[in-house]
Amino acid sequence: MNYGSDQALRNVSLDIRDGEFVCLLGPSGCGKTTLLNAIAGFITPSTGTVEIDGMVVREPGADRGMVFQEYALFPWFTVEQNVQYGPMLRGAAKTSLIEISDHYLNLVNLKIYKHHYPNQLSGGQRQRVAIARALANQPKTLLMDEPFGALDAMTRESLQEELLRIWEAERRTCIFVTHSIGEAIFLADRIVAIQGRPGRIQAVVENPLLRPRDRTSDAYFAMYRVVDKFLRDAHQLQPDPEPTV
Amino acid sequence: MRPNVAGQRQTDALGTMLLTSGQRYMLAITSLFGSLGLWWLMSAAGWADQVLLPSPVAVLKAFMTSVTDGSLLKNVVASLLRVVEGFLLASIIAIPLGVVMGISRIVYGLVDPLLELLRPIPPIAVIPLAILWFGIDELSKVFIIAYGAFFPILVNTLAGFREVERVQVRAAQTLGANRYHIFRDVALRSAFPFIIVGARLGMSMAFIVLVAAELIASSAGLGFMISDARYNFRTDQIFVGMACIGVLGFALNMLLLQLERSLLKWKAV
Repeated sequence: MNYGSDQALRNVSLDIRDGEFVCLLGPSGCGKTTLLNAIAGFITPSTGTVEIDGMVVREPGADRGMVFQEYALFPWFTVEQNVQYGPMLRGAAKTSLIEISDHYLNLVNLKIYKHHYPNQLSGGQRQRVAIARALANQPKTLLMDEPFGALDAMTRESLQEELLRIWEAERRTCIFVTHSIGEAIFLADRIVAIQGRPGRIQAVVENPLLRPRDRTSDAYFAMYRVVDKFLRDAHQLQPDPEPTV
Repeated sequence: MRPNVAGQRQTDALGTMLLTSGQRYMLAITSLFGSLGLWWLMSAAGWADQVLLPSPVAVLKAFMTSVTDGSLLKNVVASLLRVVEGFLLASIIAIPLGVVMGISRIVYGLVDPLLELLRPIPPIAVIPLAILWFGIDELSKVFIIAYGAFFPILVNTLAGFREVERVQVRAAQTLGANRYHIFRDVALRSAFPFIIVGARLGMSMAFIVLVAAELIASSAGLGFMISDARYNFRTDQIFVGMACIGVLGFALNMLLLQLERSLLKWKAV
């Protein structure tokens, strides 16, 4: 798969199960976001295909909701209008729109801010609105591109917990891009370790830890060592084939 | 505005003390009345030729006369009408053109070279052509004003479409938006603040061009009032006309700023 003139990914083959929480884990520039963008339909792979339920992905669609690192809220709409946007496009009635936005804003504990504009919210609050907006459109798959990357550590942890709570309630397939091993272990059923340039899948690690997961448990750290080793070994085995200036 | 922490002085980035709005008003009043007083002093002391620099009192008298005989109102109305007509004409062409150029690279590629060639030609240089084409009636003045207001509006509308963020377009796509929805809910919305700014700049340009157009040939308007006063050697009337232009331009700008703030509530908060 090419991104720009560089090959960003090579020989990526991955099956994701219905209702599964998968983390694409790797360092910056490994192509994990490129892979997510291909799944979203923003870019087309130069070779190979992305298929969902047997259908080849050709363009973005409402079946794949996305949460971006930059939040990507519409600043000219209120919080409520942002959350209602997808259902509004599908022609939902006014009363059901209010029902939908109230439900999902409740889910992320932001109902009292529904008449605010995004500019009036903190980074963590904005990202919760973005999650509510994506979920309110009832996508089959939720794509998340380092959604908590711009947040401080404590906000990030509480949003991870909030996300899991919502995911457990709704059980949508979730593909989550991150460069944080800890985040991947805390969230995912399966961790896809991507490494190298062009990126390759180094390992797909099943996460045996039961939820709720304890970030300070021995099992958590043991898992951390396993995943860390996969990424490090891969790094030693595969230096950049052609160093570019 | 952040809450004022008790006992802490508010300063700007350079460390300069910020002023309260009351203090700012006091300074504005001081500066206005100070210069008026200085002006009055100069003419009262006989330092300046009364014909070339009439005293503020003489100007005030001329102002009262022009109000009572109705000539000022007639001239203000004539000028405002031209500004509004020229401004609307410019907007009707520039905004849709900017939108189409903003969303179509082909139209942009076709139109942009022409614009870059026309843009350096100042409106005043267009006056002779406008008179030949449209005569010395209203149409030529409206045309020149529209020409002047056209470019600020167009350039800013275009800049607005350059500011559309890819990530917001993508977000809309994943929510099910088609091309029309993206145009309506993302592109136009992002460009809107720029269009408003362009309109405000276009309006002030219209006002500047207006006076130039009216100086050439007209029988009413503030520009006419000034040039007519010059033929009659009535410096006091010139001052009245100039002051009116200043106050009107200021008021129009404030009005548009206010409109901008109320239309773009989401930006200010």
